[in-house]
Amino acid sequence: MSKQSETRETLDLKDRMFAGVLAWLIPGAGHFYQGRHAKATIFCVCILGLFVFGMVLGDGRVVYAQWQPGKYRRWPFLCQVGVGAPSLPALVTSYQNADSFFGTKMYVVPDWQPKGEDQPTELDNLHNSLNRRFEMGTVYTMIAGLLNILVIYDAVAGPAYGLVRRGPPDKEEKDKDEKDNKEEESPATATA
Amino acid sequence: MAGPMPNDFWYAIPLIVSVSLVYSATRHEDMNLIWRHAIRAGVWIVGLMALILAVLFVISTYVV
Repeated sequence: MSKQSETRETLDLKDRMFAGVLAWLIPGAGHFYQGRHAKATIFCVCILGLFVFGMVLGDGRVVYAQWQPGKYRRWPFLCQVGVGAPSLPALVTSYQNADSFFGTKMYVVPDWQPKGEDQPTELDNLHNSLNRRFEMGTVYTMIAGLLNILVIYDAVAGPAYGLVRRGPPDKEEKDKDEKDNKEEESPATATA
Repeated sequence: MAGPMPNDFWYAIPLIVSVSLVYSATRHEDMNLIWRHAIRAGVWIVGLMALILAVLFVISTYVV
């Protein structure tokens, strides 16, 4: 086997669990730690881009944690939390029952409890004012979180199709392999 | 108050690009293979969405 093939087939994932935790905390950070910089950039730009765009669409109100069995459960947050650190302030504001986050309404649980007939709640008003943007923002942030689960898996276990190229190698690759093989064999033939 | 929204289809583009790129990057390590797979995945997603759109259009126009 040539040197090039060997390097293609091996990949040092370093501490897999640590990389997995990093990948969850900040999309792409796990791959950056493993030295897979190109993929880290792709993951970071795509996933954080989706998350931020979703937050902008939803005026920062689409990511919040609310879990009251029998009353109101914010199911989308289960997907959004996959994106890691950017979604965690929602847990803090929910736990502290805070009504602001650094002076803004971002991550704050909107008032959803009905106060009486014909009295719209804050959540109703959000849907009214943001229109489809509320749902769009929710979907964007959810997909960002779900995609990051794939990324965490990739950081822990490596790429799904392995590192070996499937199918016949292209001509350029074949030529390189042959050249490498010749270079490896030439010192042996010289000594013989 | 949010301003008027552009055509909803535009909102699909960042999603399609990101989903196909991230999905293919988790399949391969080689950047060439990632780009190729991403383009294939993007075409598949757009094709599937177009098919579903056509089916829904036919149902809403001729069936219901």
